[in-house]
Amino acid sequence: MEMVSTMDQENEVRECRNVVCMRGIVKHFPGVLANDHVDFELREGEVHALLGENGAGKSTLMNILAGLYRQDEGLIEVNGKEVKFNSPRDAIAAGIGMVHQHFMLVPSQSVTENILLGLSEPRFRLNLPHYDAVVAQMAEEYGLHVDPRAKIWQLSVGEQQRVELLKMLYRGAEILIMDEPTAVLAPSEIDDLFVTLRAMTQKGKSITFISHKLHEVMAISNRVTVLRKGKVTSSGINIADTSRAGLANLMVGREVVFRVDKNEQEPGDVILSVDNIHAENNKGLKALNGITLNVRAGEIVGLAGVAGNGQRELADVITGLRKASEGQVIIGGEDITNLSPKAGIRKGVSHIPEDRTHVGTAPNLSVTDNVIMKNYTEEPIGKGWMVNDTAATKYARELKKAFDIIVPNVHTSVRLLSGGNLQKVILAREISKKPELLIAMQPTRGLDVGAIEGVQRLLLLQREAGSAVLLVSEELEELLSLSDRIYVIYEGEIMGEVADGDIEKIGLMMTGMQMEDIRLQGEKSNE
Amino acid sequence: MNLAIILQAGVATGTALLFATLGEILTERSGILNLGVEGMMLLGAMTSYAMSNKFGNPWIGILFGMLAAGLVSQVHAFITVTLQADQVVSGLSLNFLATGISLVLGEGLNSLVGVPLIPKFDIPLLSQIPFIGDVFFAGHSALVYVGYLMVPLAWYFINRTRPGMHLRAVGEYPSAVDAQGINVFGMRYFYIFVGGLLAGLGGAAISLAISPGFFAEKTTSGQGWIAVGLVIFAQWNPIRAAFGGYIFGALRRLVLDIQGPMLLLGFANPFYYNPYYGFFLKMLPYAFTVIVLIIGSREANRKRVGSPAALGLPYIRGQRGL
Repeated sequence: MEMVSTMDQENEVRECRNVVCMRGIVKHFPGVLANDHVDFELREGEVHALLGENGAGKSTLMNILAGLYRQDEGLIEVNGKEVKFNSPRDAIAAGIGMVHQHFMLVPSQSVTENILLGLSEPRFRLNLPHYDAVVAQMAEEYGLHVDPRAKIWQLSVGEQQRVELLKMLYRGAEILIMDEPTAVLAPSEIDDLFVTLRAMTQKGKSITFISHKLHEVMAISNRVTVLRKGKVTSSGINIADTSRAGLANLMVGREVVFRVDKNEQEPGDVILSVDNIHAENNKGLKALNGITLNVRAGEIVGLAGVAGNGQRELADVITGLRKASEGQVIIGGEDITNLSPKAGIRKGVSHIPEDRTHVGTAPNLSVTDNVIMKNYTEEPIGKGWMVNDTAATKYARELKKAFDIIVPNVHTSVRLLSGGNLQKVILAREISKKPELLIAMQPTRGLDVGAIEGVQRLLLLQREAGSAVLLVSEELEELLSLSDRIYVIYEGEIMGEVADGDIEKIGLMMTGMQMEDIRLQGEKSNE
Repeated sequence: MNLAIILQAGVATGTALLFATLGEILTERSGILNLGVEGMMLLGAMTSYAMSNKFGNPWIGILFGMLAAGLVSQVHAFITVTLQADQVVSGLSLNFLATGISLVLGEGLNSLVGVPLIPKFDIPLLSQIPFIGDVFFAGHSALVYVGYLMVPLAWYFINRTRPGMHLRAVGEYPSAVDAQGINVFGMRYFYIFVGGLLAGLGGAAISLAISPGFFAEKTTSGQGWIAVGLVIFAQWNPIRAAFGGYIFGALRRLVLDIQGPMLLLGFANPFYYNPYYGFFLKMLPYAFTVIVLIIGSREANRKRVGSPAALGLPYIRGQRGL
């Protein structure tokens, strides 16, 4: 105790305002040094972003602060007192609450029940109406609007996140850690979250915000600490004193190209031609309402639109995963409408699905099994009704090297892989045999800057090699920098096509305005 | 055939099913499937019958019966919770284990005479109500009345108390419970034990009250399996379990009654004259189980009341998705 107080005096200027000080934190995992003498300070009432690529050690550091892991070296001070956490309970008792990326909520129970879970009050009888009122009042106070009686499964992801926040506030958390809170949210929900976070800091809460999205860090935080490979590359700089490019550089350790270089090339024949496609979504409602578009060899065609406007259904119809009720899909001159996915694969269609873990891969199978899924019947991997294990392993090892998949060995289950590596496994399978047509759904979503660049480079390589690429993305910036042309989809209809990257037009069409109307309006204003 | 008598007997028979079903509901709500109910019931029936004989007191007999089944259930707990092995395989082997123990230790028990049984009595006043009184409150064993009390208590416990809320949570999303510092493993051990106790009580109800005596496998004759099915029919709800238990009890009784008279609805009773047709009748309750299960689970699907989400899955800390 003596030691600590003398140290306090030495660092008085730095200590006094800080609610959390982590000093010289070291954490080893088998084979990895996750945190290498990391210092981190959180001031009262600020939003402090922790920026870094996947695997940079951000989550590890915050898991230590939240009591999930214990540091090997270093010390943590909360409100000027040294603390040692043995479990998340200890951390919560010290006023630190963490909202994890995967929500820890029981889907079949109500909001209030989830908030009360694990507390010693109420003792035995659950007086839910009473606690519903308490939760409702608290929700009102912080602007976290959610019905206390609603069951979790009825709530949107954004609302579930609010429940997690309420859970922490109910436990008296003064310091909130949010692990990539925006990764699961729709754009409008992200805005709501930011409003809430600002409201909470005004009430004196201090917030740590883990992210690898630069524009969000710029938008919400007061200060930022950047981690790279377990080390701090920049500690607590004011957000005003920095720029996106500067942060990106600190994060990946090299200049990141935001504008990808794309060489001029003339597109070839039409590979994919979609004509007046109608289809329903999983709920049996009309999702596609007469979509017509085409993609030629050697070009990337973007499909812009707010999520849920029929992008997934369109990709499903083209790849044969969904039946179209009307219209035609022609690939390489052959009508493959409503044939099996295999018919498409034979015509050289590759598909990078939106859902990496359930559609894109079989989580419990190994890397090898996942990469041979499309060509296991072909020589030398498939021989008659047998799979040649040696050949398959050799093939997987080659792909592992070529695509730089970071995994101990090719027999590892893919469920243990990070998002970026999982996407590399899918890409390895889908584009290693030069596809005629590549359907890429949100190929960079949830990946860190380095991985995004890698994926984008691979897509451009496909374009150069003469493949037709249909890129579906919600990141406008990505669409603009990669695509030769962009279609905009809204409520199952194509609003128009943009070839000059006019972001204003795209924005208008994304909200449901037809290209024709925009043109007419433009002419009017000119007159 | 008197309807009141059939229903009265149905309630009595259904009580054994009810206990076992309630126990399995509590176990499954914690996320553990225990298919050893039949074996645990048999062990409870055998132990309680033998101990009632030894101590001359049926209540002490019941206590031993429950404890024996509770203890043997901990084998399942160790295998599925600690060793994280497959719950179906472990449950089936528990069934063989408990059945085997019961048959070996219960050898010769059927020759006992004068074993003290659970007393039967009328409930004052309530038994005077016409028909209802006859069916529910007259001439029943004390255990039947215990069953009446247990149904609302179990419902209240699960839905309106803090431990009940934790129980529901641990069967739905154990990692959320673990994250709040609650011992998932301890809770599962406990509710497997409770399931064992209640299965033992169900068995004891058969051998000391409903159809006294111990006749090897015929004592329970597959009622443990019906209980496992009833849990699904009941949609993990004790109130529905009571309905299911009593209906099945009445059905079993009805089958016996149909075989009895020489005339059935004015015709010569084929089940009376041809004993082989009797086997068909005895099969009916089990066939009916299958049909009710199909209907019940379809309804559950429609109403979005599925099984506890984590049912049958071992909890491994830190594993993704659980």
